[in-house]
Amino acid sequence: MAYYPHTSEEIEEMLSSLGYESIEELFEDIPKEARFNDESLLNEGTSELEVSKLMKELSEKNKTVDDYICFMGGGAYDRYIPSTVDHVISRPEFYTAYTPYQPEVSQGTLQHIYEYQTMICRLTGMDVANASMYDGASALAEAVIMAMNVSRKNKIVVPKSLNPYWLRVVKTYLLGSDAEFVMVEEKNGEIDYCDLEDKIDDDVAAVLTQYPNSFGIVENLKEIKDKFTSKKTMFVVMADPIALGLLKKPGDLGADIVVGEGQQLGIPLSFGGPYLGYFAFRKKYVRKSPGRIIGKTEDKEGKRGFVMTYQTREQHIRREKATSNICTNQGLMTVAASVYMSTLGKQGLREVAEQSYKKAHYLFNELTRIDGIKKAYPDKPFFDEFVIEVNTDLNKLKYKMKKEGYLPGIILKHQYPEKDNQLLIAVTEKRTKEEMDSFVSKIKTILKG
Amino acid sequence: MTELIFELTSPGRKAYTLPDCDVDVDYDDKIKDFIDEEPVNLPEVSEQDLMRHYVELSTLNFHVDKGMYPLGSCTMKYNPKINEDIARLDGFSDIHPYSADEDIQGLLEMLFDFEKDLKILTGMDKFTFQPAAGAHGELTGIKIFRKYFDNKGEDRDKIIVPDSAHGTNPATASMGGFEVITIKSNDKGCVDLDALRDAMDETVAGLYLTNPNTLGIFEEDILEIAKIVHDEGGLLYYDGANLNATMGISRPGDMGFDIVHLNLHKTFSAPHGGGGPGSGPIGVKDFLTQYLPVPVVKKDDNGNKYKLDYSLENTIGKIHGFFGNVGVVVKAYAYTKLLGLKGLKKVSEMACLNANYLKDNLKKDYYLKFNRLCKHEFVLSGKNQKAENSVKTLDIAKRMLDFGVHPPTVYFPQIVDEALMIEPTETESKQSLDNFIRIMKKIASEAKNNPETVKKAPHTTPVKRLNEAKAMRNPDLKYENE
Ligand SMILES: Cc1ncc(COP(=O)(O)O)c(C=O)c1O
Repeated sequence: MAYYPHTSEEIEEMLSSLGYESIEELFEDIPKEARFNDESLLNEGTSELEVSKLMKELSEKNKTVDDYICFMGGGAYDRYIPSTVDHVISRPEFYTAYTPYQPEVSQGTLQHIYEYQTMICRLTGMDVANASMYDGASALAEAVIMAMNVSRKNKIVVPKSLNPYWLRVVKTYLLGSDAEFVMVEEKNGEIDYCDLEDKIDDDVAAVLTQYPNSFGIVENLKEIKDKFTSKKTMFVVMADPIALGLLKKPGDLGADIVVGEGQQLGIPLSFGGPYLGYFAFRKKYVRKSPGRIIGKTEDKEGKRGFVMTYQTREQHIRREKATSNICTNQGLMTVAASVYMSTLGKQGLREVAEQSYKKAHYLFNELTRIDGIKKAYPDKPFFDEFVIEVNTDLNKLKYKMKKEGYLPGIILKHQYPEKDNQLLIAVTEKRTKEEMDSFVSKIKTILKG
Repeated sequence: MTELIFELTSPGRKAYTLPDCDVDVDYDDKIKDFIDEEPVNLPEVSEQDLMRHYVELSTLNFHVDKGMYPLGSCTMKYNPKINEDIARLDGFSDIHPYSADEDIQGLLEMLFDFEKDLKILTGMDKFTFQPAAGAHGELTGIKIFRKYFDNKGEDRDKIIVPDSAHGTNPATASMGGFEVITIKSNDKGCVDLDALRDAMDETVAGLYLTNPNTLGIFEEDILEIAKIVHDEGGLLYYDGANLNATMGISRPGDMGFDIVHLNLHKTFSAPHGGGGPGSGPIGVKDFLTQYLPVPVVKKDDNGNKYKLDYSLENTIGKIHGFFGNVGVVVKAYAYTKLLGLKGLKKVSEMACLNANYLKDNLKKDYYLKFNRLCKHEFVLSGKNQKAENSVKTLDIAKRMLDFGVHPPTVYFPQIVDEALMIEPTETESKQSLDNFIRIMKKIASEAKNNPETVKKAPHTTPVKRLNEAKAMRNPDLKYENE
């Protein structure tokens, strides 16, 4: 199957109009030593039908969150996606366009991004949002870079209760810079305030906090912010967007930059991508911020319209002085997120958050009644993800639960070697009481067995 | 004017349903202080309002399925529909990223097989699919540069980029903590070897280059360029934005590049999504394999199971929260299976044929600074129109909108005045190219005979030229009317 429409007559006609006899002549400028000649390595194509079959077979070798009942989170969640989302993002007008370089014929994309920016600002309590970063982790990394540029300092204070995988991305982004990472201990599942006080001083560029944190616990942002000693230190909060449907906004609690993984806003799990890094911040920092920003303006007849703005921060204008190198971002995923947020709307997002909270707490209560299961962090508030301590070999438990049809959660030891026997369990609005009850009874049986 | 979705809001209106909550739990005392009394002020619309809104927005967009989109350097080729269906198969779209290896054998098999094809196509030895776009691949590359030289104990703090380079190249070098040295192109539009020799020494980590370059010209001296860089101990990075020109014909690995990125959203037909998502896998030569981000895909020792391998000795770490834009990779893989590597070679041939055909037919009407064989794209200039009738390239671009084609990339590369960078791609037919030629000729003649029509364009678009200065002067970046 091919998608070049040329007939052999047309090829000949075009070549001869150029004064050539063969296609090879179009490549005369490539030196012989740089040519590839081993045609035998080039495989054949095949038909659409055969490719469909092949891909279906490959896909069926994978187990999905529909084959299991999913209690696994850790940054990616099995949520309900309303039909509207895929119908909108399947429109070629959205998915076959590119960066809105020509605003006169890109008002659909541009107005959408302006609306998306507005929704993200309302969600986070911030003034400005950009048109997306690659994912939550890279958004966090860009936030750290921005904080260093704004504060002109290089110390980054990171609580251990921030997802270690995401921190790893941040550290990779900062390889070769003078960033100095200072870790803050965790105490009883949240940031250790005494240690934070010890580690913070006037040289800190940014304090990072995950909200809720990597154990599902809702960190007290206000109390963290109170420990800041310098006005220049930026408070960078990485927030779960569904939790923001229920919890106080980071912007109201002192955050300067709020970023997060937007997968939960209507984007399928897809083994980790394409997702969406959302990125929001206070207005006064706009010139140091990364990524594309859309602004409202008018055309020469006074009609409302939207354009890319503050472009002098970006790589295509600023080159080595740009605030980031990002070019292609996660555009279509922002359409998914906007349609998701608009479909659920004011009440729906609250309801998704509320149901997730309630179901998670139900399961938590039921599980921690079982002999051999303890609350890992009993007196801390959590949202829809929590940690239990199970008196057993978790790998075996996980294996047996999978056989029973469950993805039982994430074994924390992989991310936190010092944490034995701790299992991180996520519950979304999709889970039913029946599923949770049978999950509990299966675990009970296995632990007894 | 299309209303904003917030302007359609009517308090209490809903577009969703959820099952009733089937557990009876109340907020506990620990969470109470953290709860926001007010729900987030999101739109409140009906499902029909919502669909009409987004459909109306969609009609305001130009896109590949509507017409020719010859945006240079972006490879706006047709996006086969089957790719979209395949990426939506449950077995790809509903996999949790923390699934165990045994639950994702089909996916890993796909990545493994795709890597095999990409190795053949590029002449590289090992790939990672983690980078989410071209610039993200560049970033991964620069971190590998950094760690490689750190490990060797060499203090190299500069990166060379040609003046024709895309903005992401110098921006990336900065993000790696390198100083950027820009070298001039010669009168053939290629890297000036003397300038390169002068710039290259033991303080330089290497060169970022795209080949064919952003003028659409193949760097004929590529082997000499590689030698100059390598002789001084530097590395060569290939910006794969332009791979659509040379698949199956010339491989970056054979040209001497040490790290390459590919843009699956350009060359391999994954759609551009109004700005993304993309996918920018990078490939390296053997001696850099251990520096790749983790994990990489491997076959186990028995050779029948696939696994994710985290054990790379010098890994730079992770560059993406999970494993990259795998959903985009699925589309690119399907495309590669449809065409086969043989078909991809034909793609490059037809892409270059189309570009040369356009160039040849337009060079009388627009100034062509580098009048020579091009690859998949070429750069015209509107400088004569500007000098003769003060019609700028921007005006020409805007006038094209009136004729139903998307303008080329404009004012890039910066080394051509009033640049119009045209990349037709292989998926445009001769008829479509002839139509484009007619339009461009007509605009050239209008610029002479009726310049005001061009200068005032566009005339037929949903909005007229927009006031960008106002957008900067009075920044309005979100809807405030709560
Ligand atoms: C020559 C060149 N290099 C790099 C890039 C960056 O790629 P991406 O937009 O996928 O990050 C582009 C994109 O337009 C490009 O044209």
